[in-house]
Amino acid sequence: MSGPVLILGAASGMARAVARSFAEAGHAIQLAARNVARLEDDAADLRTRFGTEVSLLEFDALALDSHKAFVDNLPTLPEVAICAVGAMGEQPQSEADPQAAAQVIRANFEGPASVLAHLANAMEARGAGTLVGISSVAGDRGRASNYVYGSAKAGFTAFLSGLRNRLAKKGVHVVTVLPGFVKTAMLDGIDTPGPLTAEPAEVGTAILKAVEKKKNVIYTRPIWRVVMAVIRNIPEPVFKKTSL
Amino acid sequence: MTRISGWGRFPVAECKVTSARSEADVARAIAKAPLIARGNGRAYGDAAMNTGQTLDMTAMDRMLSFEDGVLVAEAGVLLADIIHTFLPSGWFPMVTPGTKYVSLGGAIAADVHGKNHHLDGSFRACVDWVDVMGPDGNVTRAAKGDDLFDWTVGGMGLTGVILRAQIRLRPVETMYIVQDTRALTSLEETLAAFEETLDAPYSVAWIDCSDGPHHGHSLLHLGRHATVSDLPEDTAPLDVTHKRKLPVPFGAPPFLFRGLWLRGINGIYWRRNAKRAGEKLVDWDSYFYPLDALLNWNRFYGRKGFVQFQCALPQESSAEGLAELMTEIAASQTGSVLSVLKRFGPQSGPFSFPMPGYTLALDFPASERSLELMSRLDTITLAHGGRFYLAKDARMPEAVAKADPRAEAFAAMRKQAGLSDRFTSLQSERLGL
Repeated sequence: MSGPVLILGAASGMARAVARSFAEAGHAIQLAARNVARLEDDAADLRTRFGTEVSLLEFDALALDSHKAFVDNLPTLPEVAICAVGAMGEQPQSEADPQAAAQVIRANFEGPASVLAHLANAMEARGAGTLVGISSVAGDRGRASNYVYGSAKAGFTAFLSGLRNRLAKKGVHVVTVLPGFVKTAMLDGIDTPGPLTAEPAEVGTAILKAVEKKKNVIYTRPIWRVVMAVIRNIPEPVFKKTSL
Repeated sequence: MTRISGWGRFPVAECKVTSARSEADVARAIAKAPLIARGNGRAYGDAAMNTGQTLDMTAMDRMLSFEDGVLVAEAGVLLADIIHTFLPSGWFPMVTPGTKYVSLGGAIAADVHGKNHHLDGSFRACVDWVDVMGPDGNVTRAAKGDDLFDWTVGGMGLTGVILRAQIRLRPVETMYIVQDTRALTSLEETLAAFEETLDAPYSVAWIDCSDGPHHGHSLLHLGRHATVSDLPEDTAPLDVTHKRKLPVPFGAPPFLFRGLWLRGINGIYWRRNAKRAGEKLVDWDSYFYPLDALLNWNRFYGRKGFVQFQCALPQESSAEGLAELMTEIAASQTGSVLSVLKRFGPQSGPFSFPMPGYTLALDFPASERSLELMSRLDTITLAHGGRFYLAKDARMPEAVAKADPRAEAFAAMRKQAGLSDRFTSLQSERLGL
């Protein structure tokens, strides 16, 4: 396996780690984000560390009607496309202003689903490829502290599950990644429990392995599979009174 | 707020830690509140801690270019990354401390030294320039010869935030070191052996400071980079493979550090190695970073942590000063597992720690008794014209640090340049830097 890997939303800390994992494994890398100029240092890093062939692509996850042209104009249709697009938003703001909530939903669900839909169709036509969606454990159950973000991620998780089902017999594999806490900008100023908090590099390695082994759904760290199973199974009358 | 500490796990403080991922993040942080930049947390004490704002630089870890051994990289890159990336094509750091998990920014800020200081100088020797963000958010490229360069290399992050730097690596034919070990039985013999082997590229000695029958026994490890002709025929010269790390999950019980037990360990270690003295081929990781193989070895000392003592003594008073220090340590019966002795060469930069002479480094469990002992060691060091290594310090009083006249000059420079109220650490406050 050594075809190009496209990373959407390439400016995040997690995306940087994912790009390194795939570059180290010998893949050419396409980095896509808004204002690609700010990715020049990331591209230099991949070239310097691994001698990777890197291309930078202008991409706006929120401009849904640009996504078809974006996919049609890719220099090469990638072997693996990884969607790391997402934004936590501010829950209080999402509560007060439905417009702000709609933005969060667009950034975490509509945008990612739209671009992956176009990529899925192109890969289906080719009869090969892997799509990776980075969703979140927050989508496993809505909680007061971040349910707008969580509901968008829940939608995205369901979308990925359906896409996997649809493409299973078409040679296209879909991986759902459910990170728990990851030490990136999203967690700045929030003190999270060490055993539940992954370094971005761990997520990069886990995604590379999941793609190579054709895993369906992975949690990073794996302990989150257990944590979320517990959280999902708390009866609603109890759950609604908790503050998790 | 996050509870953080240096590598010695003493002291511990609640600090507001934020992470920088770009130059713009650093500028915002500087505008917001006084801060200290923090790399991979390998300084032993409180040098990279600020309760109001500690700026984690480890996410700024991009390598920007590499050509013919000249690397430009961001401050958060670790020496381990550099070795992992470039050793397979025959490049190794020009100067490396005893851990590869130090960040580039940290190595520059502490102007770290290695086993080759007597020939090659401190880390400064391989640095061409450093980009430093000042109190106004402006970035200055400080090159060798500039005042800002002199104060920044060894300046403990107190001249601004180190963003990136250009360093030169050393070409090597193989990833192996030819190590020559000599077993010696006294301090005098050890110093004489150091003086006779000044042309050895690497040298360092382990010396017994306990009050047992082996007091003063040492193992002098000399080393040079192996060439292809030094290797057995079937050995790939640059096949960098990762050794498995053994985590140290919890603290050792305090009885481990009682004198009697330590005397035992040190004696056994010396006898075992004395039998195997002579030349052998050692891989880079085992030679330069034996402790890195034990991930989190700092937990050996348990929850209370440990404190390091490292001083440098001038050549002319080294023999006498070291003998006095070792006698005092032996008498205290709280001697450390690791006592490292090393010959220093000429001082590399105006604010560098090393001076021509010898350096002694030891660690002690963090306790009242150790702190009292260390204050007696301070007095002996100063009486012999010595100085102290800020990257190891967690407890010096201001007066001891200020005995080095350069400390006052550094503080005055900081004040005049408007740095004192923007870049501060618990250490800089404690020492009045």
